Amino acid sequence: MKEFNILIAGSGGQGVQTIGKLMTEIGMEHGFEVSFIPSYGPEMRGGTSNCGVNISTEPIASPLVVTPTQLVALNLPSLDKFETSVVPGGSVIYDTDLIGRAPARTDVTYYGIPFTTLAEQLGVKANMLVSGKLLAVTGFCDPDGAESTIRALTAKRPAFFEPNMKALRAGFAL
Amino acid sequence: MSDKILMKGNEALAEAAIRAGCRCFFGYPITPQTQLPEYMAKKMPKIGGTFLQSESEIAAINMVLGASAAGVRAMTSSSSPGISLKAEGISYLAGSDLPAVIVNIQRGGPGLGGIQPSQADYWQATRGLAHGDFRVLSLAPAGIQEAVDLMGTAFDLADKYRMPVMILGDGIIGQMMEPVRLPDPVTELPEKPWAAKGTRGARKHNILNSLYIQPEELERVVRERYERYAEVEKNEVRVETWLAEDADIIVTAYGSTARICRNAIRAARADGIKVGMVRPITLWPFPSAAYAEAAAHAKGFLDVEMSMGQMIDDVRLAIGCSRPVRFFGRTGGVVPTPAEIRAEIDALCKEVL
Repeated sequence: MKEFNILIAGSGGQGVQTIGKLMTEIGMEHGFEVSFIPSYGPEMRGGTSNCGVNISTEPIASPLVVTPTQLVALNLPSLDKFETSVVPGGSVIYDTDLIGRAPARTDVTYYGIPFTTLAEQLGVKANMLVSGKLLAVTGFCDPDGAESTIRALTAKRPAFFEPNMKALRAGFAL
Repeated sequence: MSDKILMKGNEALAEAAIRAGCRCFFGYPITPQTQLPEYMAKKMPKIGGTFLQSESEIAAINMVLGASAAGVRAMTSSSSPGISLKAEGISYLAGSDLPAVIVNIQRGGPGLGGIQPSQADYWQATRGLAHGDFRVLSLAPAGIQEAVDLMGTAFDLADKYRMPVMILGDGIIGQMMEPVRLPDPVTELPEKPWAAKGTRGARKHNILNSLYIQPEELERVVRERYERYAEVEKNEVRVETWLAEDADIIVTAYGSTARICRNAIRAARADGIKVGMVRPITLWPFPSAAYAEAAAHAKGFLDVEMSMGQMIDDVRLAIGCSRPVRFFGRTGGVVPTPAEIRAEIDALCKEVL
């Protein structure tokens, strides 16, 4: 059984839900069992935002991600809140531009990357760089495999296909 | 390519209703079910149906009554406080023998409560929905595919037994996304010779009414209705059992809570504890026989709910209090974790094994 329980957290407007939905769509395309659950309520109008994604070779039991195998933290409150919940041996992807402090644990793998700066330099969206890195860390699919999903999701605005693929590939290579 | 699409529970319920032949939707927004009317607002006008955002929940349920009386497949949806407002209309639907589908995506209560997931409306859905002797058939999906499948079932059962059917979900079911395979749209709907849709001078007009001034007449009508309810209890019980055959411990939960219990059961099984599950899909009629069967070999039951303990009454009745039934619940919008449930399984083991 191969299973990823991914928790993605940040501020409203950072594209946290988009990362989660994208991972879920890609997982589904590749024949995995998947579920996606957003935080809901006033946070969608600013404030904190998070979502849980399960990608598994087995049917998903609880859709909630309480003890993530992968945590994506895109602001300090998110790292503070969820860092301790990551399973031992799990991994944490975080944005060093937005989070000043050092990691607190020794039993998880940290990927501290300046996503915000890199996105500005490359002229792409930071959340797509993060998505690429998340594909690399989980390894359930590579950017080539995600192409059909990105194409379907940009079907109404085909001009967005190339920049999104570029960001996904760049993030994957980080 | 996958033949499934990723859908949010609320939207999947709406699409499934349309495919089940629902052509009238009346509702009023409330978190966490607002995406359901939102989807209906976009889709209904395109297919020649009616979407109407009423001035209140009370208006919405009475519009459902009107549409249903005219023979149309009609529904409404809301969340806990909104369902309380609809209660009167649901009693009138039952008293007029009218089919309807009502979706409750539960949130914390009582009062305005909160907006996070809850299962504190179990008693309301299975017992005291409103005044009078009547029943509502209650279906509790644990995932989005099941919610879609049960929507078609809900409309069919509502028409078959001429009674309101409730789909009881919660904030998790409403908000989460899972892959679904949507059913083909229904092409043929059952005949409704009782509907008030115009006689064209060809027959005596139909009357749909819940007022019976003569006690004997009202008693006769209610008794006839209860004969139908007996048929529902005989034919429409739905339940899922999982790993229950050899189980010493039975965990029981419905809806999304049952999903969380699965994680705890898997973990306990991995440690060699014989744990299984009974998950009611119909809350009324309650699958009592499945519990009685499990009680033949199980030494204890653990009932888990997002409430202070409501379904536990039915569990105890189903097994005639022949085994200890332990309760674990979180309420107010707090969702239990697999680790908490696992700890409760261990505590029950100490008690009964």
